Amino acid sequence: MLNPTKAVKPVKASGSKSAHRIGGRYWNKYKSLYLLMLPGILFLIIFRYIPLYGITIAFKDFQVKKGILGSDWVGLEHFIYLFGNRSFWSVLGNTVIMSFYKMIFGFPAPIILALVINELKNVRYKKLVQTFTYMPHFISWVVVAGIFLQLLSPGTGPINFVIKSFGMDPVYFLGDPRYFRGTMVFTGIWKSVGWDSVIYIAALTGIDTGLYEAATIDGCTRLKRIWYITIPSIMPIIVMMLIMRSGKLIEDNFDQIFNFLNDGVLSVGDVISTYVYRLGIEKMKYSYATAVDVFRNVVSFVLVFLTNTIAKKAGEEGLW
Amino acid sequence: MDSVFHKRRHSGPPVSRTERVFDGVIVICTLIVSFSMLYPLLFVLGRSFSSPDTVNLSGMSVLPKKWSLVGYSFVLKSSFIWTGYLNTIVRTLLGTAIGLAVSIGYAYPLSKKNLPGRNVLTFMLILTMFASGGLVPEYILIKNLGLFDTIWSMVLPSAMKAFNVVIIRNFFMSIPEELDEAAEIDGCSAIGTLFNIILPVSTPIIATISLWMIVQHWNSWFDCLLYMRDPNRFVLQIVLRRIIFESSVEMTGAVSAEQQVSQEVVKYATIIVATAPILMVYPFIQKYFVKGIMMGSLKG
Repeated sequence: MLNPTKAVKPVKASGSKSAHRIGGRYWNKYKSLYLLMLPGILFLIIFRYIPLYGITIAFKDFQVKKGILGSDWVGLEHFIYLFGNRSFWSVLGNTVIMSFYKMIFGFPAPIILALVINELKNVRYKKLVQTFTYMPHFISWVVVAGIFLQLLSPGTGPINFVIKSFGMDPVYFLGDPRYFRGTMVFTGIWKSVGWDSVIYIAALTGIDTGLYEAATIDGCTRLKRIWYITIPSIMPIIVMMLIMRSGKLIEDNFDQIFNFLNDGVLSVGDVISTYVYRLGIEKMKYSYATAVDVFRNVVSFVLVFLTNTIAKKAGEEGLW
Repeated sequence: MDSVFHKRRHSGPPVSRTERVFDGVIVICTLIVSFSMLYPLLFVLGRSFSSPDTVNLSGMSVLPKKWSLVGYSFVLKSSFIWTGYLNTIVRTLLGTAIGLAVSIGYAYPLSKKNLPGRNVLTFMLILTMFASGGLVPEYILIKNLGLFDTIWSMVLPSAMKAFNVVIIRNFFMSIPEELDEAAEIDGCSAIGTLFNIILPVSTPIIATISLWMIVQHWNSWFDCLLYMRDPNRFVLQIVLRRIIFESSVEMTGAVSAEQQVSQEVVKYATIIVATAPILMVYPFIQKYFVKGIMMGSLKG
């Protein structure tokens, strides 16, 4: 006769033993994998999460001697000062205006370039155009700023040479507040339009050619095919890029602006990142500069969140 | 007869007039774009070979009015440009090696679907894409770690990028699991499998990521500006900044008034010397750069 309790017990015992054995084997099996990850984990903790904790200095009166942990909490003092500070609002305004211009002109540019490149029939010429347009991406902003400083020079630059040959006065593209933003938009597009178009070109090559053939048989013109087939096909990617970009409405390209910025255009060219650098590093107002950064991060997150919600409501696929 | 002629020239259906006009417009557009991309570079190249007295003559031509190598002779003589070059090469090699090792080390275990704690480790990585400490906390950290004026301040903080790790992980996950399992049955350790099985079939993605890292290190300057005080430790981009924007005489070694006349040519020559390596190699390896973007965008 079978005794159910006796029969159950050994099973239970062996079950927990084998679970234990499996646990040990898990550790043995995965030990080397965890070891492989260890440098990465340490990296994340030291170089990502400690600075992340460091943003608490935005709420503290940070003293170098006392350290981040030892400094006294001051609550929202820096933020209150920030919102009452006229220079902050001007910098915020500059940032948003510049991003807005860059969005209007800089966002469609790579899409248009991708559509144009996609229409090229000669494969070798197409490759050549791609090579030329991607090239500026691989040059540093220091060099790009150096090049444009010479090109746009009012005295000796070729651009002003053309302007002057039409009998007009030379334009101070980098020294005149009226032209500085435009110059930033243009140089920004010059450097990144090719590289930004890569993702759209990738999407374009994925479109089913059968669609085009059917449209051609139906007598669609090239423009109509672009409008009714090509653009709708890459719409999801356009929307995704737009959402990701919207968070950047309050961000700016430090590498670019910092290298072009000069005293003459500070009134329009000073943006959040250059402001944070000047106050945080040069004037050592650590807590205040961090508060500006925190403010920017919060706003940019809210922006991404809002655009994503709007995109979803409009029936497009969002980021999440 | 006309249609026969068309058919012979184009293998496709006969091309209408509007089609040809459309093609022409497209070609002209791309010619203008290509020209505007190339002209600034050619202009600087031409001016770098000009003589000091003609370099500032205005004009649109990319060819020098009077050829001369004065600019390059200063560049070759400037010790700061040479140490800058050396420092850039060292940081690029070291930074890329460390960056690759750390990123692959983090990505490979994450590609194992049954790794305990995989979700937490992934989350820990992805979060850094959205939240960062920002300029000041990072600056304080480097200061507290005592990394000022050491190469580590330029190599370590940028070692592992979440985006790169995700791309590598996705590639690893696309490798058939049977390969892994077979190696394990043969008694290969996890690390042995990575080196003997996984990495050899992952060369496209490893090439792409290393090239990204190389370009990023070659072009970086801000970390050097923040953390390096000793001019002998400046990277090329910072030396370049000094020469171009501050017309630093110290950096070019143009001390006498006569020599300072050459300062403008030196600027152009320095730009070329600093950019040439990347631009000369780039057309040949362009496809690897693009491949990575596609992998990231299609799967991420």
